[in-house]
Amino acid sequence: MSFESELSKGQFTIPECIECRKIVWPPTEFCDNCFGEICLKKGVFEGKIIEFSKQNETYFCMVEFENKVKIMAKMLKVPKIDQIVKISKCGIVNGSYFFQVN
Amino acid sequence: MVKVGIAAYGTTPFTKEDQKIESVLHKSTKNLFENNPKIDKNDIDAVLVSTNNNSKYLSPILSEMMGIQPKIAHSIESLCNSGTNSIVSACSYIMSGLADMVFISGAERYDSPGQILSWDNSRGEFKHPIFWASIFTKSYKREFSISDEELALVSVKNHKQAKENPNALSNKTYTIQDVMNSKKLTDDLKLLDCSQPCTGSASIILATEEITKKITDNPVWITGIGQKTTSAGFTKNETFSSMESTKLSGQDALKMSNHTIHDIDVAEVHDAFSVCEPMALESLGFSGYGKGMNMINDLYETNNFKINPRGGLIGSGHPLGATGISQTIEIAQQIQSNSNKRQVDNVNVGLVHNMSAAATSSTVLVLEK
Repeated sequence: MSFESELSKGQFTIPECIECRKIVWPPTEFCDNCFGEICLKKGVFEGKIIEFSKQNETYFCMVEFENKVKIMAKMLKVPKIDQIVKISKCGIVNGSYFFQVN
Repeated sequence: MVKVGIAAYGTTPFTKEDQKIESVLHKSTKNLFENNPKIDKNDIDAVLVSTNNNSKYLSPILSEMMGIQPKIAHSIESLCNSGTNSIVSACSYIMSGLADMVFISGAERYDSPGQILSWDNSRGEFKHPIFWASIFTKSYKREFSISDEELALVSVKNHKQAKENPNALSNKTYTIQDVMNSKKLTDDLKLLDCSQPCTGSASIILATEEITKKITDNPVWITGIGQKTTSAGFTKNETFSSMESTKLSGQDALKMSNHTIHDIDVAEVHDAFSVCEPMALESLGFSGYGKGMNMINDLYETNNFKINPRGGLIGSGHPLGATGISQTIEIAQQIQSNSNKRQVDNVNVGLVHNMSAAATSSTVLVLEK
């Protein structure tokens, strides 16, 4: 089980080191602090919008989870700074991750 | 410490032409040797090629095309600051005694694969540079209450200055309204806010003090070097309204050269997008945070070319692997009082700022007489 295999099934997880409990982002095979093995925290995570812009009708937002994991995600409604959101869709298309929040 | 000098340089025009990378490299090399007939190419100890092009073994290929057999020959890739990374590597070879004379050539094609960092999946589907630039722009505008019209002045100024650069991609001038009316890429970015990828090459020879003085009567010395990489991924930036790697590399370069930012008479800064210029000026210490546009406005109003005299990336074009070398050549020319209509008055000390991937890595060089 890896971050990517879970993401390809539409499941967003947060990678954490088994040894030192550090959140490791972006996901890598080993911890960037102690080279420990990585486990995946599952759940419905709440993120905070820290910045956003818009292209055509699509908003793209910088969203931060657990004060550590930042992603660029699509949003269909008008975002607000500091708004709390959850991942509504995610996956991998042509090798690239995608995330959508609402 | 061994002094490293800029002994010679050459360049091609920056264009949208479809040329082979080997051909582009060869052209700036030819230009350098035509400009400097005193150089014996067989004295070159190392050939470094700066590029993001996918072609293999370009440095040995260029060496063969130059008809030389250097001790050291390899490529250097670090996205948009490949050029100054190559210069820093050349300095290291010379300072360590592994080489006395290093030839560096940077080149790129308009369709460079270095524009997209595929690895950075935390950006999701928003991997094109216009997305990080939009986030920087929105964040900067929000934090410092700056308008789109105010930022558009960066593009107006740099296109105006590029008009005096015969090798620049752009030779048009624009008004703030032209920038505002140019194609809207996102809510926070217009086409004329962006540097354009293009085809071009710039070459430079660095050498020991003794060799530099034999080659040129007007040497320029690299007296300060600073480099900092904070991450590879854009989303790892702690702030989106300033450039941490630029701040730290600038401090290191100035410290090494025993100068302060107030001593800098001219600078090339990495204006990949309009917002990058005030952010870089602020992070380097030229102005306070949020005050970069005041400085840019003052320079524009007084027709002072102190910042980005060759037109920056926005005016000159941005052939990734060549950009840092072209910036360095511009500052060397300014110090040599050899910049024609772009010449800034009384230049003794200059600075080069070259960065990559949303300021996740920066290089700063200090050059002087």
